[in-house]
Amino acid sequence: MSNFKLAISVLAMTAVSGTAAVAREQIRLVGSSTVFPYSQAVAENFVNVTGKPSPVIESTGTGGGFKLFCAGLGEDHADITGASRAIKKSEFELCASNGVTDITEVLIGYDGLSLAVSRNSPFVWALTEKQIYQALAAETEVNGAWVANPYKKWSEIDPSLPDTAILAYGPPPTSGTRDAFVELVMHDGCKKLDYYKALPADQQATFLTDSCSRMRQDGPFVEAGENDNLIVQRIEADPSAIGIFGYSFLYENADKLAGIAVDGVVPSAETIADFSYGVARPLYVYIKNAHRSVIAGLPEFIEELVSEAALADGGYLQERGLTVLAPDLLAAVQASVIAATPMAAPAK
Amino acid sequence: MTRFNPGLLRRRRRREFTLRALGFSALALAALMLFLLIGSLVATGWQAFTQTHIRIEFPVSAERVKPEEIARGNYRALVQDAMQAALPALPAAEARKLSSILSNAAQFRLRDAVVADPSLIGRSVTLTVPVSDPFDQLNKGLVLRDTPEANRRLNNAEIAAFDTLAAQGLVSRPINWALLTNADSRFPELAGLRGALVGSFYALATCFLLAFPLGIGAAIYLQEFAPKSRLSDIIEININNLAAVPSVVFGLLALAVFLGWFGMPRSSPFVGGLTLALMTLPTIIIATRAALIAVPPSIREAAMGIGASRQQVVFHHVLPLAMPGIMTGTIIGLAQALGETAPLLLIGMNAFLTAAPATPFDASTALPTQIFLWADSPERGFVSRTSAAILVLLAFLAAMNALAIFLRARFERKW
Repeated sequence: MSNFKLAISVLAMTAVSGTAAVAREQIRLVGSSTVFPYSQAVAENFVNVTGKPSPVIESTGTGGGFKLFCAGLGEDHADITGASRAIKKSEFELCASNGVTDITEVLIGYDGLSLAVSRNSPFVWALTEKQIYQALAAETEVNGAWVANPYKKWSEIDPSLPDTAILAYGPPPTSGTRDAFVELVMHDGCKKLDYYKALPADQQATFLTDSCSRMRQDGPFVEAGENDNLIVQRIEADPSAIGIFGYSFLYENADKLAGIAVDGVVPSAETIADFSYGVARPLYVYIKNAHRSVIAGLPEFIEELVSEAALADGGYLQERGLTVLAPDLLAAVQASVIAATPMAAPAK
Repeated sequence: MTRFNPGLLRRRRRREFTLRALGFSALALAALMLFLLIGSLVATGWQAFTQTHIRIEFPVSAERVKPEEIARGNYRALVQDAMQAALPALPAAEARKLSSILSNAAQFRLRDAVVADPSLIGRSVTLTVPVSDPFDQLNKGLVLRDTPEANRRLNNAEIAAFDTLAAQGLVSRPINWALLTNADSRFPELAGLRGALVGSFYALATCFLLAFPLGIGAAIYLQEFAPKSRLSDIIEININNLAAVPSVVFGLLALAVFLGWFGMPRSSPFVGGLTLALMTLPTIIIATRAALIAVPPSIREAAMGIGASRQQVVFHHVLPLAMPGIMTGTIIGLAQALGETAPLLLIGMNAFLTAAPATPFDASTALPTQIFLWADSPERGFVSRTSAAILVLLAFLAAMNALAIFLRARFERKW
């Protein structure tokens, strides 16, 4: 029986020592799955160069990242979060209500969102934002009336498009990629419809967010989950389906997938960098300034994050698929990060 | 006496044949599914068990590495120097760019070698380093040379340079021990399962230390001591229900209680182990009770008959005889816990870390969450590494189940 007692007390002791964790030595990053590969690269270089303990990076999605980041100050909460869109007003207020008021916003670069098809597709695809909107939106204009999307085949939208059923695999609503797709493609496509143009100017903004932001739910648009590799596999298997995902997945699979030109521009590192490819979005990182002096290694990590080696043209984040900032913009970002300039409250 | 009816006999035989045929085809279907699963994993995963390496000579010039600041030397430039020397036929600028053939780790390997032996400065050192992922794919035939250049991950110049090096016999393809000994990395050629293996070990150890004594204690009390009442019936039903609760529910519970209330460290295998223990506990209780029931009452009666107390009966006679059954149940419970993913995702055990955890309280991944992470990575090299990691996980599961079968065969007593 004494052995049993011993075992129980050992367990109790382990449990207690587990809860009383000593000062955190590792930096904690959360946030967007799009920023994740870039945070990984910075972290790996940071460890290799400084020999400090490995940062802990979790891919939680942009929204989930802000939830964790804004939960409070102190060792239990994340130091940095990545985002594939700017922080929202509601998230900024959540942060403030938990005492996280001093945040620095870092624009690290741009990421292209690509539409792609299998290389086995017999048709050379080229779409306009208007056509993409007509194919994938929940509601659209037909003969001057605003109706639920009736299109089932690409050829019904434009006779020059193939006579195959519309089928697109894309990210779910929880994803920052989806937000960016809606904002960059669907909204722009909606603006080109005559129905939208005919609206009074003061109604256009609300119409855009209310009526032009919904993807169709009747089959042709399939939410394929957060895993972009899964979308890649599906469109590889079905030559008539198109996929929507981050440019890095197209770059890695260029032998199997072909990028679809949007408004006449094919996605490539060059066209994303010079903004001629319209479907590119900014990527951000948010830093909790109150943690800089508390968490060991955080200042060095931030230095590595905004270093020329990482962010500049030819840096290792570019190698990984990031579209880098112009030199003068980069210099401004670096200055504001090193000076820990707090960001102002966002407008929306 | 009934008369012999040949029609009846035929019908009975036909029914028996149908039953056997159905049973056999069910088994065959299951075997086919297993074969397809393992077959597809091996087909994509076997490539990850080897890794292309290049043996290359690095001249360590005193200009790039100052003897007083060895660790801070410009090793990236040294790697480019080495590539320039290895490809003398190409223009210098082009050859230096081809240092992308070597893994990013080359500069750090070189740094470590020079730090370990500063006399290398001014001489040269030959190291065997991994090649970067696209070239590894090329060497394994996964990047096809007949793909048009524009659609290929590597251009013709890069392939030609790699072939030049291969023709000199510098390229080798040894077994990829790094897959087991390295921690995670964003570069497929450097990524390994060490962090996940250590994390899974700590989590399972915590789970075992907690669930095994608690589970056996609860089962002994319920089976041998507790009075049979409505209350013990309710407890029994609830334990059986608990065994059927989806694991994600335990993950949410852990998130709220262990992380939220007790403030335990996020992403740690210790918390993972606690969560898995909650899941494994009912399995162990049920297995232990079944093993205790299987011990014949005559053993208990004989022990009582010579004056043993009930406690002595249980701990001297019944428990030792039930132990093989208990161990089998425990190992199967732990094997189930090893493959559990959902609760670990909820407590943040899917973090990217370039080091294995030193203690159970450090952040870490586990085998299934590592598979989850790799499956979502864009680099082509992670496709085969994901399958390889699944094969490693399956190997551990098979080993644990084999141990359970061995223990049962070796120690179980039949009455």
